[in-house]
Amino acid sequence: MNNRRHFLVKSASALTMTFIVPSLLSSNAQAKKPLDQKVTDKKSWGMHIDVDKCVDGCTACVDACNEENGLTGFGRPETDSQWIRKIKIKDKTTEKITTMPMLCQHCENPPCCDVCPTGASFKRVDGIVMVNQHTCIGCRYCMMACPFKARSFVHETLTTQNTNAPRGKGCVESCNLCVNKIDHGSDTTACEDACSKAGHNAITFGDLKDSNSKVRLAIESNSPRRLRDDLNLKQKVFYSNI
Amino acid sequence: MSDYTLNKLKAPRLLYWGIFLFLGFLIVIGLASSSYMEHEGHYVTGMNNQIVWGLPHIFAVTLIVIASGVLNIASMSSAFNKKLYKPLAPLSALFAIAFLIAGLIILVLDLGRPDRLIVAMTTYNFKSIFAWNIFLYSGFFVILAVYIWSMLDFNVTRFSSLVGKIAFGWRIILTTGTGSIFGFLVAREAYSTAVLAPLFIVMSLLYGTAVFYLLLRVISRLQSINIPDEITKNIRRLMIIFLLANIYFLILYHITNLYISKQIAVESFILLNGGGYTTMFWLGQVGLGLVIPLLYEMTNDEGRSFGLTITSLMVLVGGFFAVAVIIIGGQAFPLNIFPDHIILESSFYDNVIHSYTPSIFEFGLGVGGTSLALIIILILITNLKFIPVKK
Repeated sequence: MNNRRHFLVKSASALTMTFIVPSLLSSNAQAKKPLDQKVTDKKSWGMHIDVDKCVDGCTACVDACNEENGLTGFGRPETDSQWIRKIKIKDKTTEKITTMPMLCQHCENPPCCDVCPTGASFKRVDGIVMVNQHTCIGCRYCMMACPFKARSFVHETLTTQNTNAPRGKGCVESCNLCVNKIDHGSDTTACEDACSKAGHNAITFGDLKDSNSKVRLAIESNSPRRLRDDLNLKQKVFYSNI
Repeated sequence: MSDYTLNKLKAPRLLYWGIFLFLGFLIVIGLASSSYMEHEGHYVTGMNNQIVWGLPHIFAVTLIVIASGVLNIASMSSAFNKKLYKPLAPLSALFAIAFLIAGLIILVLDLGRPDRLIVAMTTYNFKSIFAWNIFLYSGFFVILAVYIWSMLDFNVTRFSSLVGKIAFGWRIILTTGTGSIFGFLVAREAYSTAVLAPLFIVMSLLYGTAVFYLLLRVISRLQSINIPDEITKNIRRLMIIFLLANIYFLILYHITNLYISKQIAVESFILLNGGGYTTMFWLGQVGLGLVIPLLYEMTNDEGRSFGLTITSLMVLVGGFFAVAVIIIGGQAFPLNIFPDHIILESSFYDNVIHSYTPSIFEFGLGVGGTSLALIIILILITNLKFIPVKK
């Protein structure tokens, strides 16, 4: 009886090792390009935001970002993470009121990366500024250094996470331009998709090095500016009609 | 005090154990606070995504600044060859090590991931002043240990002057590094100025001297010995010089900011309409910490020790407020993301003065860390010969 049970267990294990495990491994290996390629500087990701097209009261971009990255709050707005937020501003001279999304500006010279003691905050060669969740020690110096208040600290235990956006209690995080989607071959972000779906098209994302990309065309047809240009951080997020 | 020998502290046994257990209790409170904060996450503290550095950082920065400054007495002896201070030099270096350890422990225990300390010790971004500070702190620790050894071991005592001079130079660089943690932050208007580095240096000189005198008074009480009048008078003179230097750099810092148009808003916030921060600045930092002690000591010609004790306490409390105004006040003022605009609405509090109410756990961690410095001192002066007594 025992022998038969052992035989069945061993057979099942052998079958699992022979057929199921390799199929799981191969599904990983078959991921879309460029996931299996090194990130290069052939692309430079950036974003254009036309604030005239951004609609007051619409939070489609914020909702999409929260869903994409699994940012479920704890009902504590002062400590809950916000990777993208809506801001309403009034021009001091013209008194024009505009509403717009604020997110990590993906600086060419990012102060967060300069101050990070362990190099956990880093800029990829394609311009995406992000946090290595394995080496962030949670000192929050990057949050002190960011001129745009783009970063959040994970203040409490996370019970649910999206596999495409790993997060960690005690670490700092911010918008990474949906890096997981990009590395799987996409050229759009969740916020851009949502804005477009809502019919506003205020957000345009793409490769700044490609002269035919929609983001380049948007930048060239408008006269966008960078926020706090005086700091010479050369952000990759541009705003038009502020 | 030319004819002296170094001895262990001989405090009454009951008193020693009373102090030891009290400090030990506070350290346990600190550890419990820290572990609760780490287990639950930082939402249980008063810190949030607006005020990212809070009470633990006020404690830590104050202690690190004190650690550098408390070495004054040893520097006077070794770097400036003032023989009067030579008997007190080992004690001064010991205090420096103890306060440095305490400040760093608080910083580490407040990290989001203190378990990754090894990452901080092995993975460096050399562009970060924070990373440089890790080197400066660990280097200071080693130099101080060698310095104490060179002062206490007769076989190597000939090197003590040289090591003392290195320690003096190192502590100036170290406090420059501490000030630069804030000075290098271009995003925040209250910081982003090189004046913060010398301001931190003079703060360290002042608070360090005050702490040294206070501890010396406590030890002299425990040991039933008198502090020579000459020492008290000299420390009083030093305090006056450091108070004046502090006032000078504080005025320079604020005048510079007031001169730059874009900094006027943050200056008005600290100096005029910042509510609690304005009160802390004028009553705590300026009044209690600088002006009253200066006025008192200017008239304390006889160098009365009781007066100097009170002055030192006031300087210390004022110093705590000074660091609080710098750290919390600087963050409470919202970032100027849109210089040409007024922010009307934001879900991330971009348009309001950020609020901060420290939690009991942060206070527990700070007090526990400070107690750690004191217990290190107590244990070492009881078991090793640090206290100068007349032969």
